[in-house]
Amino acid sequence: MIDLNIVWYVLVGVLFAGYAMLDGFDFGVGALHLFTKSDEHRRLMLNSIGPVWDGNEVWLVTGGGALFAAFPEVYATVFSGFYIAFMLLLVALIFRAIAIEFRSKQPMLWWRRMWDISFSVSSIIASILVGTALGNIICGVPLGKDYEYIGTFLGLLRPYPVLVGLTTLSLFMMHGSIYAIMKTEGELHDKIRGWAKRAILGFIAMYIITTIVTLVFYPHMLENMKKYPVLFIIPVINALAIANIFREIHLGRDFRAFLSSCVSIVALMALFAIGIFPNLVISSPDLANSLNIYNAASTKSTLKTMLIIAIIGMPFVIAYTISIYWIFRGKVRLNDTSY
Amino acid sequence: MDVVILSRIQFALTTAFHYIFPPISIGLGVILVIMEGMYIKTKNPLYEQMTKFWVKIFGLVFAMGVASGIVLEFQFGTNWATYSRFVGDIFGSVLAAEGIFAFFLESGFLAILLFGWNKVTPPIHFLSTILVCLGSLFSSVWIIIANSWMQTPVGYKMAENGARAEITDFWAVVFNPSSMVRLSHVLSAALLTGATLVLSVSAYYLLKKRHEDFARASFKISIIVALIGSFLQLGTGHWSAKVVADYQPAKFAAMEGHYEESAPAPLYAFGWVNEKEERVDFGIGVPGMSSFLLYLDFNKPVKGLKAFKPEDRPKKVNWIFQSYHLMVSIGMGLIALILAGAFFQYRGTLEKQRFLLWIFVFAVVAPQLGNMLGWVVAELGRQPWIVYGLLRTSDAVSRSIDATHVWASLIMFSLIYALLFSLFIFLLDHKIKQGPQISHNPISDGGKQRA
Ligand code: HDD
Ligand code: HEM
Ligand code: HEM
Repeated sequence: MIDLNIVWYVLVGVLFAGYAMLDGFDFGVGALHLFTKSDEHRRLMLNSIGPVWDGNEVWLVTGGGALFAAFPEVYATVFSGFYIAFMLLLVALIFRAIAIEFRSKQPMLWWRRMWDISFSVSSIIASILVGTALGNIICGVPLGKDYEYIGTFLGLLRPYPVLVGLTTLSLFMMHGSIYAIMKTEGELHDKIRGWAKRAILGFIAMYIITTIVTLVFYPHMLENMKKYPVLFIIPVINALAIANIFREIHLGRDFRAFLSSCVSIVALMALFAIGIFPNLVISSPDLANSLNIYNAASTKSTLKTMLIIAIIGMPFVIAYTISIYWIFRGKVRLNDTSY
Repeated sequence: MDVVILSRIQFALTTAFHYIFPPISIGLGVILVIMEGMYIKTKNPLYEQMTKFWVKIFGLVFAMGVASGIVLEFQFGTNWATYSRFVGDIFGSVLAAEGIFAFFLESGFLAILLFGWNKVTPPIHFLSTILVCLGSLFSSVWIIIANSWMQTPVGYKMAENGARAEITDFWAVVFNPSSMVRLSHVLSAALLTGATLVLSVSAYYLLKKRHEDFARASFKISIIVALIGSFLQLGTGHWSAKVVADYQPAKFAAMEGHYEESAPAPLYAFGWVNEKEERVDFGIGVPGMSSFLLYLDFNKPVKGLKAFKPEDRPKKVNWIFQSYHLMVSIGMGLIALILAGAFFQYRGTLEKQRFLLWIFVFAVVAPQLGNMLGWVVAELGRQPWIVYGLLRTSDAVSRSIDATHVWASLIMFSLIYALLFSLFIFLLDHKIKQGPQISHNPISDGGKQRA
């Protein structure tokens, strides 16, 4: 028999990895937005993600729904426990959406500048918050007997989670800059190429620091890999993917660089998922109160129904996603329907 | 104020704000399909101009819907954690289905609708418009199913420790006793909401003698949609009332301010519920009429509020009563207005009816009000239960948050939403004043201009 709880662990992971891979470059483009100076360049940046950012955000919405359905205890504990952090994330997502939609609706300089700042700052904050949440799960949060979070908001801002948050920001900036190279041409393209090189180096530096800190302070992240050494293939793929980004950028093959960057994000999410498995939220100091894929799950029959829904729905989702990216492939051009 | 009441206020505020936009998208989506369909069929550039203008408005409304929807998706977890643990097995799957079946469809094809004019051929663009319209329809289907299950829960059993409801029959959850009737009522309201927006803008142009061809054609299409919507509204509203009376008798009693334990229920046109004395003051209505509408019998007794233990009754009876009666009045008023509009449209003398046109300009707020009032009836009437008969609202709240958290987020949302709403109205007004534009790149050169 297949273990439905594991299946759902993987599926929820796929949704969140899809989110990180897709909305990740939107955040990256947002984080770089203020570095561009002219109105035309800024519009090109915005329109490079214009047709796709909303679809990308739906991965988060659906991931949240799937978490609610498959592991309601986790949904309840994390969202109520990290209340203020999630409220800030929501504000960031609201302002990002609105900034994209509103910016080009008025010609005034102050109007555009206001939304440029809103777009960029909210993308940066959202990236850091997402990473900080993951970091907190790695190092564990205090849960009570009833699995309720018993810490405080400031308790979430410990050094390690913040480090993971900043690493996530650097990852998204790298990813977004590569996406932007792919979507632009001419002067802007050359400029972003320079930023991308720095972003890649920045990410590699952050990644090395985070890895070392994790290995030293949170060695439990390695246990599953020690148990199943074949899993060491994932860090190897990750390292190769990152090295390959460099090579492809150097050779000017932007699309391949972007694919490598996608692979490295998925590999990072896989490392995270393998590291905490079978837990979903690690309780520290009291490990016994951790939420795992069994004590946090819905009933078998819900997991089964949901699997049927996923099997029917996911092929459509993938088909839409591919066709939209196909239709809007190539360099961005501005016209009277653009933002 | 405690966490429960603050969370309720926050939920009401954020949902009500969200609910300004989706009904416009759903109704306007249908109208867009008609407009673009006419264009594909007749190749008349007027229809192209109409489609492009309304697509821009659609994009603006949609963005507001997306920005405010994301808040709701996570609010069950942030503020109603105990509720989420209780219903996750059932409610969660419906919410996830909404993401998979509806939001991906909508958000994906919206891109083609907004930016794809020169990227795809006209038939593919038209197909995208249809798919966006279907997507917004599906999102209402799943979320209304989720909400209806909270109103009339079936297809579940209680877990042994009583801590959660577990699903036993997915299809029973989907087709719970109130889901289809409420869905049809919500959708006809959406038709009305979208259509009155188009009617309002068209009437404004006709009054100002601007873009007159555009306005005449838009008015004609949307008055038909509005006519259909308004009659469906009455029919499905009546049906809703019947389902409420059958499955949520305490709510029904509150809607009519009916306290007697068991007596024929009157139908009030107007009244003021005196909650202390448990009666309706200044009531003008027909005795026994509610009994008649429900059971075709003036003398059939209907359960009143006194038949329920005080802790099982909805509290704000007068609110529920007034909201319900105002909603019904708005429905009746809209039917009259739309009939008048259709009549003069048919006679060809619409443009002479300046007073009527002015009413149309302002009638855009009526369905919005109707929507809000309807939800107040539905949700206040469900109290004190969050899941009817199973879980009390006061037991549903998150235990790891305190009142200061919710105060902070509530104030923050109030400020942000006030700002967003003003900006939305400002931009909408700007777009309307600007009016439809002569197109520089017609749909018809579709694939050729591929960039
Ligand atoms: C355009 C807006 C609008 C208009 C004109 C009406 N309604 Fe309505 N009504 C709604 C918009 C709405 C709604 C927002 O769509 C609600 C809220 C919850 C729901 O399911 O639908 C609703 C709920 C609702 C309920 C409560 C359902 C429940 O609690 O489950 C009843 C009994 C009615 N309506 C009855 C009517 C009647 C008899 C009307 C007379 C014409 C009417 N409504 C007009
Ligand atoms: C979109 C239109 C809706 C509006 C305008 C609306 C309005 C309201 C209002 C006014 C309240 C406050 C009632 C009170 O607590 O005193 C409320 C509460 C609530 N509603 Fe709705 N509602 C809507 C749709 C929904 C849907 C679709 C769901 C579920 C899928 C839902 C779930 C809830 C919950 C969980 C609460 C909080 C608990 C409660 O007070 O009962 N609502 N809503
Ligand atoms: C409390 C319950 C609700 C939740 C959790 C919710 C959630 C959401 C979310 C997350 C989005 C954004 C999707 C995206 O990113 O593309 C959204 C948009 C939307 N929702 Fe809601 N929603 C609720 C109530 C409703 C109701 C009652 C309706 C209609 C009857 C509705 C219809 C729509 C539609 C049509 C959209 C697309 C955007 C738009 O048209 O404005 N929602 N909703």
